[in-house]
Amino acid sequence: MTAVFPDIWPALPEIFLACAGMALLLIGVFRGDGFTRPIGYMTMVALLLAAILTMGYGTGRVVTFNGLFVMDAFGVFMKVLILVAASLSVLLALGFNEREKMARFEFPVLMLFATLGMLMMVSANDLISLYVGLETQSLALYVIAAFRRDSAKSSEAGLKYFVLGSLSSGMLLYGASMVYGFAGTTSFDKIAALFAGGAHPSVGVIIGLVFVAAGLAFKISAVPFHMWTPDVYEGAPTPVTAFFAAAPKVAAIALFTRLLIEPFGHLAHQWQQIIIVSSILSMSLGAFAAITQSNIKRLMAYSSIGHVGYALVGLASGTQEGVRGVLIYMAVYIVMNIGTFAVILCMKQQGRMVEEIKDLAGLSRTNPLLAGAMAVFMFSMAGIPPMAGFFSKLYVFLAAIEAQLYTLAVIGVLTSVVGAYYYLRIIKIMYFDEPVEAFDKIGDDGMTGILIATGLFTLLFFVVPAPILNYAAAAAASLFAG
Amino acid sequence: MASWPLLSFTTFLPLAGVALILLFCRGNTPDVVRNVRYVALWTTVITFVLSLFIWFNFDPRNPGYQLVEKAEWIPEFGISYHMGVDGISMLFVILSTFLMPLCILSSWEAVQTRVKEYMIAFLVLETLMVGMFCALDFVLFYMFFEGVLIPMFLIIGVWGGARRVYAAFKFFLYTLLGSVLMLLAILAMYFAAGTTDIPTITATHFPRNMQLWLWLAFFASFAVKVPMWPVHTWLPDAHVEAPTAGSVILAGVLLKMGGYGFLRFNIPMLPEATEYFAPMVYALSIVAVIYTSLVALAQEDMKKLIAYSSVAHMGFVTIGMFALNQQGIEGSIFTMLSHGIVSGALFLCVGVVYDRLHTREIARYGGLVKNMPKYAVVFLFMTMASVGLPGTSGFVGEFLVLLGAFRDNTWVAFLAATGLILGPAYALWLFRRVVYGKLVKADVRAMFDLNTREVAIFLPLIVVVLWMGVYPNSFLNVTSASVGQLIQTYQTKLAAAQGGADVSVAAR
Repeated sequence: MTAVFPDIWPALPEIFLACAGMALLLIGVFRGDGFTRPIGYMTMVALLLAAILTMGYGTGRVVTFNGLFVMDAFGVFMKVLILVAASLSVLLALGFNEREKMARFEFPVLMLFATLGMLMMVSANDLISLYVGLETQSLALYVIAAFRRDSAKSSEAGLKYFVLGSLSSGMLLYGASMVYGFAGTTSFDKIAALFAGGAHPSVGVIIGLVFVAAGLAFKISAVPFHMWTPDVYEGAPTPVTAFFAAAPKVAAIALFTRLLIEPFGHLAHQWQQIIIVSSILSMSLGAFAAITQSNIKRLMAYSSIGHVGYALVGLASGTQEGVRGVLIYMAVYIVMNIGTFAVILCMKQQGRMVEEIKDLAGLSRTNPLLAGAMAVFMFSMAGIPPMAGFFSKLYVFLAAIEAQLYTLAVIGVLTSVVGAYYYLRIIKIMYFDEPVEAFDKIGDDGMTGILIATGLFTLLFFVVPAPILNYAAAAAASLFAG
Repeated sequence: MASWPLLSFTTFLPLAGVALILLFCRGNTPDVVRNVRYVALWTTVITFVLSLFIWFNFDPRNPGYQLVEKAEWIPEFGISYHMGVDGISMLFVILSTFLMPLCILSSWEAVQTRVKEYMIAFLVLETLMVGMFCALDFVLFYMFFEGVLIPMFLIIGVWGGARRVYAAFKFFLYTLLGSVLMLLAILAMYFAAGTTDIPTITATHFPRNMQLWLWLAFFASFAVKVPMWPVHTWLPDAHVEAPTAGSVILAGVLLKMGGYGFLRFNIPMLPEATEYFAPMVYALSIVAVIYTSLVALAQEDMKKLIAYSSVAHMGFVTIGMFALNQQGIEGSIFTMLSHGIVSGALFLCVGVVYDRLHTREIARYGGLVKNMPKYAVVFLFMTMASVGLPGTSGFVGEFLVLLGAFRDNTWVAFLAATGLILGPAYALWLFRRVVYGKLVKADVRAMFDLNTREVAIFLPLIVVVLWMGVYPNSFLNVTSASVGQLIQTYQTKLAAAQGGADVSVAAR
């Protein structure tokens, strides 16, 4: 209680990002929109520097800022994922915004602030810091969803996201207050200690937990809190959608995992059923609803709902292996996802962006490289070996089998077969159908680089999977050590 | 030589061909396309020659795994890169590498669009097939097993016939559905045994109740692949729509992956469940033999007819396998090898006339013996091998299977033997309708006989069929030791389990 000055080292990446963000904002204000590209690059550099700072952090678990902030191997893993995903998204957005004449310097800076919020979420060790991180992230995201002010769809997406997002934040806050009211504390460590002795939780805490879980389920777009996803994904500018589908999802999953495992770990049998039901519903809806989609961004929205369902399979097992599965799943997922969106960002015909799946027809003839990369991502998302997506599914199902959740595992693999259908449909359109019209050439080296890097990662993950798997295992272990 | 990682070389050599094509064959001029074909041909020929060294270095008296390679892959999870062959898998490796150059040759003129992609797909397919038969680690096995779907999906979908999209999807989703259940079984075994190493898991005992579920999960995957009645319906569609070389590989190798799976996993790992479910397999196989033979009689499409005959032949294979004695299992392996070559050759025969007339409808042909005598000889020879004429490879396999089945269950042997009558009925009738009769149709009369390239494709097939029929010992020698050990493992484990059960009953 008497700590005069907290230990700031564990929070160094966050502090650095916050300072960098404000500095970039100042530069932007002075230099104007013409300086957007340099600011974009500087944002990327700042994000990557933060990633390096994060990696420089050791492995032990440190709690600081009066127990509000925690840093451990789990945090390192998730933060590096988020920072890499965010910097790639910034790179994707830069060229696109210029081509679509919506380049404004606030865009990369807002993404940076959203990322800052995500880092806070990962490191939250208290219901208060959880909420602060979540809102920092969300407010920035609401704005960039509506960034294309002159497009009704984009504005609608932003508004929808804002209204529903506020509702979910409200639910979360309500749940947090219930937990505080009945447990008497907001600190994760103290909540964990409360139930460590096997004490039976009061109904109020359980209800609070349900509300918090519902609020977080909204953020990761797990069924039944997914309704906003297709509309927002479709309406938001494509690089924003790419960003939405990657970094915030990782952050929310990380937060969800930490919340359920650390403070409420002893109540596993209470929340497990919620996660199982949500997981089954997400996997099924993601698989079946995507079949009839014709817009590729909507399809990706349903696909992401499905993927969250699979990640939740790992979480539902509530074991260290389960968390490891979630970590591997998210790592592979963001790479596939960013790669896929890089392809979608190349879908331009006669100077305008197209988003229909049928526009991909015959892509294997007109642009074999793009089609090949897309095929790799689609097979990977369907979980076909030897692509990376197979390994991510393997490890979540491994956890489910170990936790003896056989029904969940069987439903999971069956929905993955249904899901394979619509991924295959995209490959069918690219490879089996006759070409209609070639895409415009987009001379964007950054995009090509991302495409090649993510494609090779997805294709060749199987050659040396051990490093990532080991990091994930260590990160999962750190969550259970505390 | 023996110290070389021979299996890995054979497995991954085709990928070197892919790299060559990708790096050096740019553009789409006729010269480049010709080079692509030659690169693919030479790669597959060299792979075949290399795979023969596996046979030379193979010791048939040793029933265990040979030419074993083991390297760490994901050590924390007990997953390793573990390759090796025994008497059961070695000949399948040779079969795959043997058929591949013939497939490339048969596509020489038939495939004119996207030749580069076509050859790449086939080379990747070869790597996956060979790797699958060599893999001695479950995760490695599963990667190869499932990975096969990707090139095959593209081969059917891009270069297939009119309903190719439907067929490609059906093939992919059917097979995937079975396989994912197997994946769960593999994971469950991993937790029981603590490793994914196949030899270690084979030595592990699983509780009876668990065995039953695991067996069903494996069965779901392999029964679709074999394919057994009633999950065979993807096969006629896939065969009919696939390009000729695709059908050859489908019938020649992909179907064998199911049979191989039964031998490698179901029988030695889950003996109690195998004993429990053997009558069901018998029943399904007998239905397959009789029913699909009758269905084959009613077909009007040549490829579809041969596809149904494949289902019937694979019915024989599963009957022999689950007779669970030396003759039955050796016979089933022999039948698989023989069927791989004979049905491949029959599909090539269909491909020959299809290349000329672009139809597979039986009624469109007739009287080919007049203007295509060489073709008629080859077709007749392969038809005879298919129905099991003594002196051809088909006879040896079917005879051994029936012998094995007879030792186990007379009625099964009796019912299966009806297939020996129905088989010739549809095969000879097909031959009569296509090759004999009057040569009346003008476009059929204009068809020319086999050219040198086509003779070069069929010659090795004929030689091998005769060799297998006249001197089967060179093949049975390879399999007998490993099959003997397989049966011994099965019976020892079963006896131990039943002994345990007796003890518990006595204690009660």
